[in-house]
Amino acid sequence: MKLMVSVKRVVDYNVRIQVKPDGSGVVTDGVKMSMNPFDEIAMEEALRIKEAGNAEEIIAVTIGEQKAQEQLRTALAMGADRAIHVEVDEDIQPLTAARVLKALADKEQPGMVLLGKQAIDDDQGQTGQMLAALWDRPQATFASKVDLDGQKAKVTREVDAGLETIEVDLPAVVTTDLRLNEPRYVKLPDIMKAKKKPIDTTSLADLGVEAAPGLKVTNTAPPPERQGGKKVESVDELVSELKNRGLI
Amino acid sequence: MNEIIDRRNVEFTLYELLEAEGLNRYQRYAEHGRETFDAAIETAHAIARDKFQPHNRKNDLNEPELVDGKVQLIPEVKDALDAFIEAGFLAATRDYDDGGMQLPAVVAQVCNSMFQGANIGTSAYTFLAAGVAHMLEAHASEEQQRKYMDPIYEGRFFGTMALSEPHAGSSLADIKTRAEPTDEGHYLLSGAKMWISGGDQEISENIIHMVLAKIPGGPPGVKGISMFIVPKYLVNDDGSLGERNDWVCAGLNHKMGYRGTTNTFLKFGEKGQCVGYLVGEEHKGLSYMFHMMNGARIGVGMGAVMLGYGGYMASLDYARERPQGRHPDQKDPASKPVPIIEHADVRRMLLAQKAYVEGGYALGLYCSQLTDIQHQDPDPAERERAHLLLEMLTPVMKAWPSDYCLKANDMAIQVHGGYGYTREYPVEQFYRDNRLNPIHEGTNGIQGLDLLGRKMMMKGGEGLKLLGREMQATIGEAAEVAELKEYAEALGQSLHRIGKTVEVMGARMAGGDIRLGLANATLFLELTGHTIIAWIWLKQALTAHRGLARAGEADQAFYQGKLQACRYFFRYELPLVQPHAELLQAMDDTTLAMQDKWF
Repeated sequence: MKLMVSVKRVVDYNVRIQVKPDGSGVVTDGVKMSMNPFDEIAMEEALRIKEAGNAEEIIAVTIGEQKAQEQLRTALAMGADRAIHVEVDEDIQPLTAARVLKALADKEQPGMVLLGKQAIDDDQGQTGQMLAALWDRPQATFASKVDLDGQKAKVTREVDAGLETIEVDLPAVVTTDLRLNEPRYVKLPDIMKAKKKPIDTTSLADLGVEAAPGLKVTNTAPPPERQGGKKVESVDELVSELKNRGLI
Repeated sequence: MNEIIDRRNVEFTLYELLEAEGLNRYQRYAEHGRETFDAAIETAHAIARDKFQPHNRKNDLNEPELVDGKVQLIPEVKDALDAFIEAGFLAATRDYDDGGMQLPAVVAQVCNSMFQGANIGTSAYTFLAAGVAHMLEAHASEEQQRKYMDPIYEGRFFGTMALSEPHAGSSLADIKTRAEPTDEGHYLLSGAKMWISGGDQEISENIIHMVLAKIPGGPPGVKGISMFIVPKYLVNDDGSLGERNDWVCAGLNHKMGYRGTTNTFLKFGEKGQCVGYLVGEEHKGLSYMFHMMNGARIGVGMGAVMLGYGGYMASLDYARERPQGRHPDQKDPASKPVPIIEHADVRRMLLAQKAYVEGGYALGLYCSQLTDIQHQDPDPAERERAHLLLEMLTPVMKAWPSDYCLKANDMAIQVHGGYGYTREYPVEQFYRDNRLNPIHEGTNGIQGLDLLGRKMMMKGGEGLKLLGREMQATIGEAAEVAELKEYAEALGQSLHRIGKTVEVMGARMAGGDIRLGLANATLFLELTGHTIIAWIWLKQALTAHRGLARAGEADQAFYQGKLQACRYFFRYELPLVQPHAELLQAMDDTTLAMQDKWF
């Protein structure tokens, strides 16, 4: 079985995000970029499945600018066998990403597509679900445990009420949550080996995918600055303050 | 937790100042490029941040203990070192075929310094192990390499350097540890060693002490010192571990800082059975040890830089967040207090820290890159140039950061005010940890003697001439840039003063005034150290000046910061050491003439 893992290039989670003065987005110029941490978990899970003898090949995929190949190299150094770069300069919306992954799934026929439950840049959390719908395959989202059993996978999901375990037929889409695993560190010799692994470059046109026009970002603004608190003398005063502010 | 280092400055130093990407001109590094360097640095940073930094304070609060003859450390130390070894950092510079990454020394230094900055106590074990392995690679027999060096690179054995004894630290001529030859080819050692870092621990399967000892009947003094491999467990021919060797950890030293690193008092051969194996030839031990020591001196300087860096990052954060007071011309008491970075004196302390730590960092990487050139350049003249420059710079790289980045730590505490003096903030620990660095690997006093008495005088003063030519090249370039001209002139004058000083003192010392000549060697080290750092700052300013022309907004601020720190160093720092030249040239005897009973 092949596994396909999608990884996204995002602003590193340690960076303090700054909004551009014109509100058109956040500053990425000179800012450290990394693999989306949820995708790292997806990558790690794929590696573990392969190491357990349940898969033969791992294909890492990214959609983005030329520099997104850095994240593919990271995936290859972690242990992916080959990579596909769908080169796109514009920001990618979840539906476009899902269409691309669907096109690639048709081509590669993976037994499972793994991806982070969301990307930490815009936190939309939609791509996996949209892919499952387009591909017409089962989905197991927010996974915190994945067990393979022949042509099925038993997946424990993190849901509002706690944990839920479901069984899905393969091929399936799995989106990964934080508790699933702890991603490995890249080993130095593997960085050199990753250089020799192939990255295929393709485009939306090559894949016959049309970019989704759906969403338009009208403005980006930082959260409002916190106002100073106020001390109250009694419970009554507290209650009336809360009422005045329409909070209760 | 504070940032370990400003990553933008790592990029600047490595790629813009030193143009390290160009190292792939050497065959050994042909497959490398920025992509592979960045990936290695990224891994180092991630492991340093996730595995080393979180237990830095815990190391400090839980000094190692000796319980029933075994050294106990907190478990996080082993976890961190396992991650370090697993990722391949011990063998980073080795051949691909030996499981290495053939990483250039300068990039390996960037990686290693991340661990030092994150947790100096834990990082010391592998720092020492790597030093021992490099030394064995250069001087040990094939069989010794197989039995002791390979397992170190694999991370199974650690190593130490065992030089000092309770009565003789700086003065190795006086060591008493003896090594008696036996008919079986090995030696039996007896004696005691003091201040041995990593001298005992239960983290690694085995510990390889590199012990300096005297073979009876050999020449007196340092010419009669030999080097021995003294393992904790004897190693059988098939590599398996045999008997526990006859040495004991007789005690742990309780230190001011660097507490995660065990520091031990070791007794060898109390039962007359301590087995040691001679490295190389008899009586050449000190020269082999210097192989390790020279690298370690650069490493100690880098450690000092990184501890200074941690304090700088922490105090910069604090100064931006801590509101206190108002500007002197703001008379309205109801106005909002300003963050303390608004106060000029706080900015002075931050700027001084920046000048010290970024100056030291750039010098450290410059030195490491010289080792790459020294070993890889196809042109013998270029290799010799790098070697000689490195000889000149090593005492400065060891001593200058350990003095001035310690001073940076002092200022980091001052920026924090009373909070900085408490254990709630990290800066007091950085200071205590860093206070070791002027002491070990040759005290700074000894570095002064080495620089003035040996390095300046060797090869008829060739080293100084070479250093002068290198500086003149920078001066010439900077003189063409209007805003850097002032600094180019100041550096030229300072360099001239050093030349004059060496000329005057060299003549007097050649005439026999050795004791008087060396009496003020520490002042000479300060004069030369500040001049070299000023040179490094001028190089950085030239790079920043070029960068500024094509910089985006964020980078503009970065380059401006570089230019301002250069200005600070030339206006506030370099002038401070110029009067030293007068005292030195006058062969001032105030300190030498002071009598014991006058105190």
